[in-house]
Amino acid sequence: MDSEAMYLPSPAHEASATNDAVITTRALTKEHVRDEFRVLALKDVSLTIRRGEFVALMGPSGSGKSTLLHLIAAMEPPTRGEIRVLGHDLSILGAREIASWRHIHVGFVFQSFNLIPVLSALGNVELPLKLTRLSKSDRLQHAETALKLVGLGDRMHHFPHQMSGGQEQRVAIARAIVTDPDLILADEPTGSLDAASAEEVLTLLARLNREFGKTVVMVTHDAQAASCAGRTLFLRKGELLPATPQPR
Amino acid sequence: MAIPLTYNLRNLSVRRTTTVLTALGIGLTVAVLLAAMALVNGLRTALQSTGHPLNVLVLRKGSSSELSSVLPEETYREMLYTAGIAPSPGGDHPMLSLEIVTVITLPKPGSQTGQSVTLRGLLPVGIELRDLKLREGRWFQSGHRELVVGTSVSRRCPGARVGEHLRIGKADWDVVGVMDAGHSAVDTEVFADLNQVAGNFNRRDQYNSILARAASEPSMPGLIESLNDDQRFTAYAQSEKDYYARQTASGAPLQQLGILVALIMSVGSSFAAMNTMYAAVVRRASEIGTLRVLGFTRGSILLSFLIESLLLAGMGGLLGCLLVQPLNGVNTAIGNFTTMSETAFNFHVSPAAMVGGMAFALLMGAAGGLFPARMAARKEILSALRAN
Repeated sequence: MDSEAMYLPSPAHEASATNDAVITTRALTKEHVRDEFRVLALKDVSLTIRRGEFVALMGPSGSGKSTLLHLIAAMEPPTRGEIRVLGHDLSILGAREIASWRHIHVGFVFQSFNLIPVLSALGNVELPLKLTRLSKSDRLQHAETALKLVGLGDRMHHFPHQMSGGQEQRVAIARAIVTDPDLILADEPTGSLDAASAEEVLTLLARLNREFGKTVVMVTHDAQAASCAGRTLFLRKGELLPATPQPR
Repeated sequence: MAIPLTYNLRNLSVRRTTTVLTALGIGLTVAVLLAAMALVNGLRTALQSTGHPLNVLVLRKGSSSELSSVLPEETYREMLYTAGIAPSPGGDHPMLSLEIVTVITLPKPGSQTGQSVTLRGLLPVGIELRDLKLREGRWFQSGHRELVVGTSVSRRCPGARVGEHLRIGKADWDVVGVMDAGHSAVDTEVFADLNQVAGNFNRRDQYNSILARAASEPSMPGLIESLNDDQRFTAYAQSEKDYYARQTASGAPLQQLGILVALIMSVGSSFAAMNTMYAAVVRRASEIGTLRVLGFTRGSILLSFLIESLLLAGMGGLLGCLLVQPLNGVNTAIGNFTTMSETAFNFHVSPAAMVGGMAFALLMGAAGGLFPARMAARKEILSALRAN
């Protein structure tokens, strides 16, 4: 990926160069209002994730791990508390700025892959690059490189329905990394995969973290998957439990 | 940067049954509109191509048509010496024709009432005053009950072909020629000798109009003015071309009906497009969420769905243009309330009309696509993703 480094330089990189923390939260709280009920999804979560870390977020269903990931990706605003990601205070950014920030700095991997079914693997991976000023040929070159990196150089023109779940998830990872983001957020990336495919995906995420220095935050139920991470954070009923370091 | 057009085109292609049915609805609406426009275009072309640019038509003051005009022969005799009228190519007589116009009914297959056509009694110079060619046979001879029919009359009434005999008024007439008036209104007329028509219809000294040729284009307004100002005549002179151009209004009711039907259909078609696009937004909710996560803005999403609706409508517009093509050039006739006879014309689907039809289709697409596109753009990322 180093050949495609930094299409859209941002002050955030300068900021993060001097400050090692990629994600910092202070008393982060999220309440959902459903009908007349208030549901506390996340309560006073304070954490720091540093550049180059691979962090797993674990916890039972409803523990708030996906909510935390969504707040980090600025998909929804917190109810209270502070969140700074890559030097940006997300609470002060407008909708267009958040869209641009997310595009430049965050690669998102979904449990159900979320590929665009009418676009080929190459078309899906090229899609985020449509938001850059790259020429068509450069976009295709970058998309091809990303697909080769995830081992799908021979599946570029296949459509999602022509691929296995594992291959689809690898296309989704290629799409997440094609803009060379600082941060990769993965929401149960192995949740819809068989064991072999899950292993491939985890190996890929670990490689992106180890070889390319990407900061990875992964939500998972699976202790086996979490074992790939350098650090696991546990959440229960919206609260962060004391962290325990894990061997990789 | 916008979401790629391929995304919209492939989505339209994936749900091709819905796409085709919606486009067909829009296409039929456009076809109805284009058919109405083709009718009026054809009629306008026929009427506007009638008349020589230097010809002046003289009617009785207050008459709006030849049929309702009555002029005495004296007016014609006085006009023979009016300055500004062109001489014949041989120079032996002025280019001035006294004419009688009446409506006759010719038998027509499949019609109990027959076809109403204009019978025009005229002097031989009347033929010189018009750009006419003989398609078949010969011109009528003075003093004989002979008819020369327009091409459209000959085509539509088998009894009005060369060699046939027609009972008109009190006498039998021989059809001796077919004239080609180049798709003008004269194509639906029948020409005969002035005196024979006057005698047959008891119209001595009750003529309808006088057709004169101005000596030159600059002298034409002066000639019209002098005829209108001359106190000896109770006549109203006007350009022959203007007279026929005003008759285009006879197609207005049909045009208005066509536009009304098209407008009513367009409401249905817009709702069909809206329904299709709403279904697309609901079905692709998680794709919308994904696109937002990738960094596409609400504006991009709105534009993308609006473009998709416009593409759908554009396909419908093209379909409408294709559907109406078989009508192009089809010969038909319409009742003309000015002449009380039928005016034949060819449907003419002009490029300008097709551009108008496409614009109409796109308008339907925009009307149908705007609200679904707005709904897509307003979706919150997480609720869109959860709709998967």
